[in-house]
Amino acid sequence: MYNYTNEQLESMKKVEATRQERCGKLHRRLTAEEKDAVLKEYHPDYITSAYEVLKVGPNKGEKVLHELADVLQGKSRVLDMDIDLSKPDYETDVLIIGAGGAGSSAAIEADNAGAKVMMVTKLRIGDANTMMAEGGIQAADKPNDSPAIHYLDAFGGGHFAAKPELLYRLVSEAPDAIRWLNDLGVMFDKMPDGTMVTTHGGGTSRKRMHACKDYSGAEIMRTLRDEVLNRGIPVIDFTSAIELIKDTDGKVAGAVLMNMETKDILVAKAKVVIIATGGAGRLHYQGFPTSNHYGATADGLVLAYRAGGKLLYADTLQYHPTGAAEPTQIFGALVTEKVRSLGAQLVNKNGEAFVYSLETRDVTASSIIKECSKGNGVKTTDGQGVWLDTPQIEILGGEGTIEKRIPAMMRMFGKYGIDIRKEPILIYPTLHYQNGGIDISADGMSTTIENLYVAGEAVGGIHGRNRLMGNSLLDIIVFGRIAGKSAGKKFKEVTLKDLTLDHVKSFDKELKDAGLNPEILSPKLLPNYTKQPAI
Amino acid sequence: MENMVNVYLFGKKYQVPSSLTIMKAMEYAGYQLVRGCGCRNGFCGACSTIYRIKGDKELKACLACQTKVEDNMYVATLPFFPLVKEVYDIQKISPSEQIMMQLYPEIYACVGCNACTKACTQGLNVMQYIAYAQRGDFESCAEESFDCVMCGVCSSRCPAGISHPQVAELSRRLYGKYIAPETTHLLERVKEIDDGKYKELIETLMNKPISELKELYNNREIEK
Ligand SMILES: Cc1cc2nc3c(=O)[nH]c(=O)nc-3n(C[C@H](O)[C@H](O)[C@H](O)COP(=O)(O)OP(=O)(O)OC[C@H]3O[C@@H](n4cnc5c(N)ncnc54)[C@H](O)[C@@H]3O)c2cc1C
Ligand code: FES
Repeated sequence: MYNYTNEQLESMKKVEATRQERCGKLHRRLTAEEKDAVLKEYHPDYITSAYEVLKVGPNKGEKVLHELADVLQGKSRVLDMDIDLSKPDYETDVLIIGAGGAGSSAAIEADNAGAKVMMVTKLRIGDANTMMAEGGIQAADKPNDSPAIHYLDAFGGGHFAAKPELLYRLVSEAPDAIRWLNDLGVMFDKMPDGTMVTTHGGGTSRKRMHACKDYSGAEIMRTLRDEVLNRGIPVIDFTSAIELIKDTDGKVAGAVLMNMETKDILVAKAKVVIIATGGAGRLHYQGFPTSNHYGATADGLVLAYRAGGKLLYADTLQYHPTGAAEPTQIFGALVTEKVRSLGAQLVNKNGEAFVYSLETRDVTASSIIKECSKGNGVKTTDGQGVWLDTPQIEILGGEGTIEKRIPAMMRMFGKYGIDIRKEPILIYPTLHYQNGGIDISADGMSTTIENLYVAGEAVGGIHGRNRLMGNSLLDIIVFGRIAGKSAGKKFKEVTLKDLTLDHVKSFDKELKDAGLNPEILSPKLLPNYTKQPAI
Repeated sequence: MENMVNVYLFGKKYQVPSSLTIMKAMEYAGYQLVRGCGCRNGFCGACSTIYRIKGDKELKACLACQTKVEDNMYVATLPFFPLVKEVYDIQKISPSEQIMMQLYPEIYACVGCNACTKACTQGLNVMQYIAYAQRGDFESCAEESFDCVMCGVCSSRCPAGISHPQVAELSRRLYGKYIAPETTHLLERVKEIDDGKYKELIETLMNKPISELKELYNNREIEK
């Protein structure tokens, strides 16, 4: 049994005491007005004191979270370096920064197009958010569904803010993305006649969530990785891009790289660059824990921003309502939405359900934060949390439901002596996804920088101001492929002039002119947890 | 005061809170990790670790991000293991026994010691899935190996030099591509889209004012 505090045990008893009675009833759903109110008051996106106005760069005058402002307006790592750009260490047609799902899809398509491709990545290929996705990937491929219905679901779910031309491509190319993955050997869940097993996700009006058990992202990622390696595409691992290089015409022309272990600096010259650096959970916005991998520090946004890349919706993040709050060993790790779809309720320290558990992610997360700030949360090692009453699943669905439907969750808590079939678990919202990112046009190129393509979580605008579960794994494949194909055509027309880092110097000057004299080096590359065991 | 335990990181002694995982204990001790840390949650296999508890003879393997420290634990991380990865063209090979013979003939040299299974950080029956691969039963190999995070600990213990995770990867791809039943509704939908069937429908949506889209969205029919 896990070593709960007495206070936690007391509270757990109260949850047990009310369980039977709660099982019969669903909590009332919030009205539209109540939703607005709880969002405005408690959603982290609405906490104005957490934001500041950018003083320089393409999004000058817009608001972003302090932690993002710090890196966007941070000090470049190359400023004080003497880098000889005339003798590149690498020369390639297409340079891909980041080796998650988006980068790997792009690499395969650019290779198909006949380009010489090279990938650089901070950790190893596949040490990425893609590897961690459990839930699934959307595509409208069933007879009762269509890309148009998918469009409406995603557009509404993203608060009507998606760029229509990007969303058009996302939904129209979704079935082909699934076909492409299947053809590479990804093992989708299927019925014996080949029909895809599909389910709902938050905000879908049709069952279009495809999965590979509860290892969807891992299965996709390891297949793509295997394919990249089969093709002999060079993957330079433990090597981060720390700055984009331009040519004297202002086109992107490569990147400055840093070996993560030796700190050696290398120059990669490329006719086309693709940024596929993923999300930002490890910036721990507003002190939140995160479900993201170790290297998710918004580097791509920083590189592009300094080079003149405009960002879109950089102010909006997704906080998943249910991150693990206890045990401390897995603080912030994702507890999949499925736990709530199977019937587990959110319950406060007095054993009372306080919100309908399948409100949209933003509303549910806000309601949890509200409950805790009212003093109804349970104290945890790292802060506070509320109960997610998992034993209800067994009562509602019959004994054995948990083991059959959410085995990964059972294993994750089982390791720490928590049997989620018998005991509820403590959860708190966790920083999950970067809704915003670099603004691109429908062919994947940055709207403001020539020769720079972007794919995956580093893009902003595909989903709008919120993203539905299953549309991100989808976007990394669809837009990864688009970037790869576009780059595979583009490089043939590109002739590079002399390389330069002048844009970095002028950005620094802008900072100084705006009265900023940043000391924080950016991109951040990795969080520092030494001697801070809490996060 | 928190309960502290002694751990030996690469042989050197540190005191760390007993609640920490091995990974967080290393950070607590002052290591800024670069290698040996990826997802931090049991999915990527970057953090394979060998440990032994003082007084115990057996060497055990685990994922550092998933395992709590214990008192008197000797820890050595294995952030890289040189697995053999053979290259092939997935479009050209076929799911026959010959392909294993060609690419990974060493699997037939398995001596049945079961060290791989004992070492598996995911608790998989590794020796069994290799047996399936030997027989060309790719479906069973794929299923049995599905939760593999490819950390490589199994291979580090194998006297026959088998790269188990790569054998499993090949089996899964063969199964997913060639053996699993084909999805007709998917192929039909792709063709319809290629033929332009939904273009107009979506474009009509794209051109509607937001107010109308909100109306449509709020009243859309939801599959039960
Ligand atoms: C726990 C979890 C569960 C999820 N579940 C789902 C789900 O069920 N369905 C869904 O659709 N989505 C899900 N998501 C979201 C989805 O998985 C991610 O948004 C998506 O995989 C991101 O892919 P990517 O290729 O853009 O980035 P990543 O996969 O994160 O890859 C980015 C890569 O870039 C590298 N990198 C970063 N900076 C640099 C640099 N400066 N230089 C070089 N390399 C760099 C990183 O190390 C990494 O390899 C989930 C996410 C998480 C974290
Ligand atoms: S860091 Fe990914 S499995 Fe441990």
